[in-house]
Amino acid sequence: MGRVFAIVLTLITLVSVAFFVMHTWWLPPDISTTGPAVDHQFEETLIGTGVLFLAGQLLLGWFAWNASDKTKKVRPFPGGATPLVTAAIVLVGIEVFTLTFVGSKAWGAIYLAPADPLALKIDVQAEQFAFYFRYAGPDGKFGSVHPEKIDDGSGNYFGLDPANDEAARDDIVAASLVVPINTPVALTLHSKDVGHSFYVRELRVQQDFVPGLDIPLHFTATQIGKYEIVCTQLCGLGHYNMKAYLEVMSAEDFQQWLKTQAGQ
Amino acid sequence: MGIDIHQAVDSEPTPVPAFARLGPRTPAIAKPERSETGVWIGIFAIVMSFAAFTSAMIVRQGVSPDWRHFELPRLLYLNTLTLIASSLTLVRARARLTTVAKPLPPAGADGKKSFSEGMNWLYITFGLGTVFLVGQVLVWRLLVVQGLFLSSNPSSSFFYVFTAMHGLHLLGGILALAYMIRKLARTRSAAQTTGLPAVCLYWHFMDGLWLYLLVLLIVRT
Amino acid sequence: MHDVSASPASHQHTAPSGFLRKYVFSLDHKVIGKQYYGLALVSVFVGMILSWLLRLHLAYPNWHIPLLGKFSATGAPDGVMTPEYYLSLLTMHGTLMVFFVLTNAPFAAFGNYFLPIQIGAEDMAFPRFNMMSFWTTFLAFVVMMASFFVADGPPISGWTAYAPLSAVGGDAGPGLALGQNLWAISIVLFCVASLLGALNFIATTLDLRTKGMSLARMPYSTWAWFVTSVIALLAFAVLLPACILLILDRVAGTSFFIPAGLILSDKLQPHSGGSPLLWQHLFWFFGHPEVYIAILPSIGIIATILPVFTRKPLLGPRALVGSMIAIGFLSYMVWGHHMFVSGMNPFSANLFSVPTLIITIPATIMTLLLTASVYGGRMRFDTPALFCLGFISVFISGGISGFYLAQPSLDTYLHATYFVVAHFHFVMALASLFGVFAGTYFWFPKMFGRMMNETLGKWHFWLTFLGVYCVFMPMHYLGLVGNVRRYSAFVDDYLAPLIPVHKFITIAALLTGAAQLIFFFNLFWSRFRGSIASVNPWEATSLEWSTTSPPPFDNFGGHHLVVENGPNEFGAEAPDGTDFVMQAAPRKGA
Repeated sequence: MGRVFAIVLTLITLVSVAFFVMHTWWLPPDISTTGPAVDHQFEETLIGTGVLFLAGQLLLGWFAWNASDKTKKVRPFPGGATPLVTAAIVLVGIEVFTLTFVGSKAWGAIYLAPADPLALKIDVQAEQFAFYFRYAGPDGKFGSVHPEKIDDGSGNYFGLDPANDEAARDDIVAASLVVPINTPVALTLHSKDVGHSFYVRELRVQQDFVPGLDIPLHFTATQIGKYEIVCTQLCGLGHYNMKAYLEVMSAEDFQQWLKTQAGQ
Repeated sequence: MGIDIHQAVDSEPTPVPAFARLGPRTPAIAKPERSETGVWIGIFAIVMSFAAFTSAMIVRQGVSPDWRHFELPRLLYLNTLTLIASSLTLVRARARLTTVAKPLPPAGADGKKSFSEGMNWLYITFGLGTVFLVGQVLVWRLLVVQGLFLSSNPSSSFFYVFTAMHGLHLLGGILALAYMIRKLARTRSAAQTTGLPAVCLYWHFMDGLWLYLLVLLIVRT
Repeated sequence: MHDVSASPASHQHTAPSGFLRKYVFSLDHKVIGKQYYGLALVSVFVGMILSWLLRLHLAYPNWHIPLLGKFSATGAPDGVMTPEYYLSLLTMHGTLMVFFVLTNAPFAAFGNYFLPIQIGAEDMAFPRFNMMSFWTTFLAFVVMMASFFVADGPPISGWTAYAPLSAVGGDAGPGLALGQNLWAISIVLFCVASLLGALNFIATTLDLRTKGMSLARMPYSTWAWFVTSVIALLAFAVLLPACILLILDRVAGTSFFIPAGLILSDKLQPHSGGSPLLWQHLFWFFGHPEVYIAILPSIGIIATILPVFTRKPLLGPRALVGSMIAIGFLSYMVWGHHMFVSGMNPFSANLFSVPTLIITIPATIMTLLLTASVYGGRMRFDTPALFCLGFISVFISGGISGFYLAQPSLDTYLHATYFVVAHFHFVMALASLFGVFAGTYFWFPKMFGRMMNETLGKWHFWLTFLGVYCVFMPMHYLGLVGNVRRYSAFVDDYLAPLIPVHKFITIAALLTGAAQLIFFFNLFWSRFRGSIASVNPWEATSLEWSTTSPPPFDNFGGHHLVVENGPNEFGAEAPDGTDFVMQAAPRKGA
């Protein structure tokens, strides 16, 4: 039975690892300036954990195989517990600190580094169950929001008051996040009702919307295309269906798009 | 292994493994310290709970500018004195009651006098504890008169929550004290004071906890 | 020689009589342990059915499930699950499994039954509190299950009940009015029961060890229950205030967790100033220690059982116990790793990541010690042994995926995906559950005086071991693609190609679930028809194997055993020719 266990375990281990190594199901190509650091961290972790996984499972299988040999007497583990414990502390300790040190740079680039002061500012509102995006318009200023003025029926998702608020008059509200390529973009995330989250796989970023807070998130997209933004924070019955698109365009196309939106 | 293999039924004696070393055949007595251990452990849990409430309060106060300070009713301080007094009377009570059980108990009439003095101090403690609780409810009424309800403001919310939680735990202590009193009054025997140290520990802890809460409420509310 | 004339010594409680006292409101820790186990059995059965329903809906969203339609006409009109009902069932699945199964079975059930016996005591320190603990847990279960039967159904906010979704009430969606209230009340009751239980375990371990049972000689399962109790005492003491504040926000108009200006169902909510992050901090300050509460007892159980079947001592027992304590301590420093992208200060992500990664050290030590304990053994591959080996394997798998999630730079991609679902199912649902299975097969003879059927046990093991890998290993791959969790349907463009994987998982889940019926059957069949068990069928050393199967009501028939050995005396030739020395025997068998 020990031999059967060893064989089954080995098969399970090899098949599992194969799918990881072959990247059969893997992250989509990244399209952001901070993406490569994250992907590098992934690959490093894959190698490190892959070795640990293989070693752990195969050792277990091997020991189980050996322990089923009834002809042998009981033998102690060579060296006893101390070398094993010491090795665990040292090796895992090294791995831990390496991962932390390198990984914190990748993390810092996304979340700790301040946004480019000249970044394109976009206001993002999440609600049950949609995302809306607001651009400041030619005057470069965002109008103030008034929750009590929100009226989805007439498209006033943000609760703007153009009649009394000059800055609000040229604000552009869209249902897609449209950005120019290779341009720093600075989002401000706020929620109208409950917690939501902003997740674009290709950008390698995820950030929760917290009601009551305005949360900054910045990125620079490096490839033209259309990418899905999905909600990842359980927000109610429509959570599975809450999404929008990130559209990365050339600078000219983006200006054209802005003009078209402003005209509406 | 030398053991009878049979299913044990509740009333049948258990065979002992032949090899087993047996300890002295003493009847198992409930160790008096056991209830104290329990109270100590309970204290850890209660401290942790109030720490959670405290951090909730600190975070809540820092997160939003809507915190409105209000003046604590003077009655609160009187209640505090009542609770402190009750701790003192409880110390008295325990001293009197456990004198009786000492190795050379005062003989006859002295012993009885100590016992009934001790009981009286217990009754007074019980009374003071009840007065404290009633006083807390009165403090609530004073706040309500000012228009400060549970949901009026985060500061009042926390005031009610802290005082209610403390009051609830103190009520538990009062009930334990009542149980103690009933046991002692019925048996009139000093040997029944085994649970007393635990009750005292809990009571003094409730007192100390209240003092901490009072300072917290004064500083923050 | 035998001393069979022992008269029962006086106990803190006399032998019970009458049906209610003996089997219902019993003060006997053994009965209470069995009651907890029974409750966990019912909970896991319900939880498993819920998981089947969830998986069926994900793989075959348009299927009609007639029984479900009959059970809830609003939740599944015409037998097709609505998105909100999916979330309701998901919430109940998580809540039942984490609280009523994984906190109850390895900890409350086995701990209650065996902690006193393993330390040579007659019962727990506070038998009446013990009884109250169980019945309060039972009441909590009833209240929780009641949410299935109210108009709007159970809450849809997940077992994590994040505010403000869970705090604002019915405006935020179905199930969030009465259902959420019932949930919160149930959890409050559960907290109180757990606190009492933990208190009992700690006091018993400190005060009631028999002569010679020093802390160093305690079995590893007892150590695990002890450390777990300390963790539980401090963790549930934080969940309780959190739930009280949540209830106040819901019914008393306070604003602990709800900020101003929220618009739900087109209505401006009357709250202001609260902090949703405060709920998350309080919840996860409890929530992370909770997962160690779920796993540590199983680790202790495996460490106790493994040497019995390898016939050699556990390697490095002091390091193992030290690791348990280290994990208990560190578990309070890592809660923020559930909140890397929550909106809390990103700098604190680094602060939480470091202890999270450090906690892998004691976990690795324990895994290595358990694995190395197999080396050089003359292994008896009975069912408990197989589940021990299976435990080590799934614990390795689950621990490895933790390495990814502990790093904020990777969590930014993997958070809230199926990668997380894979991780926690491996360490909790699989590892912890394998510990329960091992414990059941191992201790069943002691509890009921009969052996469980070995053939059925082996079938159960193999089908389960293969099955769970088929169910949960693919979820890692789904997570790598970015498949978001808690979705009732997969409508996003990038998810469509993953549906076949989901179908595979669903079929594996149904088959693996069916295999558990073998276990259920084995339990009940063996209870009445299993072969009679001897006092020590496995040739184990701890004190429970020095008394009859099952033990008498005061565990040792009035005898007070003197302990002269640790629990780890296997492998060396004992004077009586066997290869082990029991704890109750004279020193090293002399």
